[in-house]
Amino acid sequence: MTLDFTATLSERQLDVSLQVARRQVVAVLGPNGSGKSTLLSLIAGLLRADTGRAVLEDTVLFEVGGEGKPSWVPPHARGVALLAQEPLLFPHLTALDNVAFGPRSLGRSRSAARTLARHWLEEVGALQYADRRPAQLSGGQGQRIAVARALAVDPRLLLLDEPMAALDVAVAPALRQVLRRVLRDRAAVIVTHDVLDALLLADRVVVIEGGKVVEQGPTAQVLSRPRSAFGARIAGLNMVRGAMEERGVRGADGILIEGLANQQVDLGEAAVAVFRPSAVGVYRQPPGGSPRNVLEVTITELEPLGEQIRVRTAGLSADVTPAAVAELDLAPGTRAHFAVKASEVAIYRA
Amino acid sequence: MSRRAHVALPGWLFVPAAGGALFVVLPLAAMLTRVEWGDFLGLVSSDSSVDALLLSLRTSCASTLLCVLFGVPMAMVLARTSFRGQQLVRSLVLLPLVLPPVVGGIALLYTFGRRGLLGESLDVLGIQVAFATTAVVLAQTFVALPFMVVSLEGALRTAGGRFESVASTLGAGPTTVFRRVTLPLVLPGLFSGAVLAFARSLGEFGATITFAGSVQGVTRTLPVEIYLQRVTDPDAAVALSLVLVVVAVMVIGLARGRGSL
Repeated sequence: MTLDFTATLSERQLDVSLQVARRQVVAVLGPNGSGKSTLLSLIAGLLRADTGRAVLEDTVLFEVGGEGKPSWVPPHARGVALLAQEPLLFPHLTALDNVAFGPRSLGRSRSAARTLARHWLEEVGALQYADRRPAQLSGGQGQRIAVARALAVDPRLLLLDEPMAALDVAVAPALRQVLRRVLRDRAAVIVTHDVLDALLLADRVVVIEGGKVVEQGPTAQVLSRPRSAFGARIAGLNMVRGAMEERGVRGADGILIEGLANQQVDLGEAAVAVFRPSAVGVYRQPPGGSPRNVLEVTITELEPLGEQIRVRTAGLSADVTPAAVAELDLAPGTRAHFAVKASEVAIYRA
Repeated sequence: MSRRAHVALPGWLFVPAAGGALFVVLPLAAMLTRVEWGDFLGLVSSDSSVDALLLSLRTSCASTLLCVLFGVPMAMVLARTSFRGQQLVRSLVLLPLVLPPVVGGIALLYTFGRRGLLGESLDVLGIQVAFATTAVVLAQTFVALPFMVVSLEGALRTAGGRFESVASTLGAGPTTVFRRVTLPLVLPGLFSGAVLAFARSLGEFGATITFAGSVQGVTRTLPVEIYLQRVTDPDAAVALSLVLVVVAVMVIGLARGRGSL
């Protein structure tokens, strides 16, 4: 276990336990105001908990109100780096010196820190901006440099607080790729409201609502079969994993799901096709017409979800109106066809 | 600078606004009409004038330095910590802003004067503060320090603590954060605070004459010299006043040039 964390903070009505295993990326999902950012501040040492205890590897970060002796390690001695929504690059330093700041603070020589900074700038694909000031960088460029700056101190735990939220939708996928690469083999906690971040970056998902953990588990399980209300609202995604072909992803069961690749995915590469249950149409007879994916399925379960009914099969789900369920006479065991337009399917590198 | 469209002001507002501006500018213009331009250089370069000018510049530089040395830590403590009674401390620290300088001078006299609270101890050590140049510097620092603290505390609050938080998670200890992040971030505020403190020191009169007296070359600063000359040599007083106006304009220009006043 890398991080074992328990804390309460009555001011924010937070009462959370969180574990991060070695080399594991944990995504924390939850609605606004649920306490996600507070959680990160507590781990980083920017806030003090009322009660609780946190252990990072073999160091007790803090202990308060428990059986052990109260203790507190200040933020700069925790080995926990924090990446926020905005890059927060120091405006008076160049990109290179921003990245070198951490190593310098940890006692490296100026030249060693700069060498390390260049390495990390290259790692995030931002070496060409080394001599620029933050004011001369776009949001996406700035955030890449902020990633490099956080990694340059080789943190024992990396905290990411909605790192893509302030970015242009056109820039976010590229940064997500960078994060995907650098988070490999690293312990990290990423707070996000974007289910794709969780899907593509995290091994495990924790859902927080009203300051409490309401659900947690392996990413695929939580995202495809969420048990919490919030999880169901944002997740419940259909995911087909397989190998990339020319027109889509060939799933393990041989079915081809056509879709639009959000990024460069090479042929034969492992990929995942993602689509929302609300994008799926349910038919008794195979539908014709416009080009779309049609999958023959057997319904296993019908579940009310707000004003919709979620129709589940072994691996997929569709949201339809109660009227449609009645009209199509759907019930567990019914054979049906799920249809989804290729334009509703997003394909990512898996 | 962005060009923003403003909602139109009510027309009548311009009348009192122009009146107020005139009220500030007109006396300066009136003074200009009285300057003896032909003899200007002679008037400002008399021994006593040059002594007063040099003394003013020296003491103002010294008190500005003291304002930086004490004001920066004070502003940091006020902006970056919270403790019981902080509001009270802030009010007391800023008191010289609203206190009549003469009262400040009296207070200093009873602190550092020969019979003062600390004066007797200092006297034993052979240090005499009152009616020496040191007294001028103390009087100026007393009245100018709040300008430094207010200006810098505002800059610190505007900058916020987020960069400092990030720096600390990157392994920077409190001193490194202060030196490499906080200070560079608030440098414009520090600069304009120093400029304001310098200007206030240069113009200090009431506390100085009460606490430091008026000995040529020792405690007689430019404002004191102007006050004394006003009776015996009005032309010299006007000429020296003009020197102070020019210095003040330069100070404002300097602070404006940095875009932070």
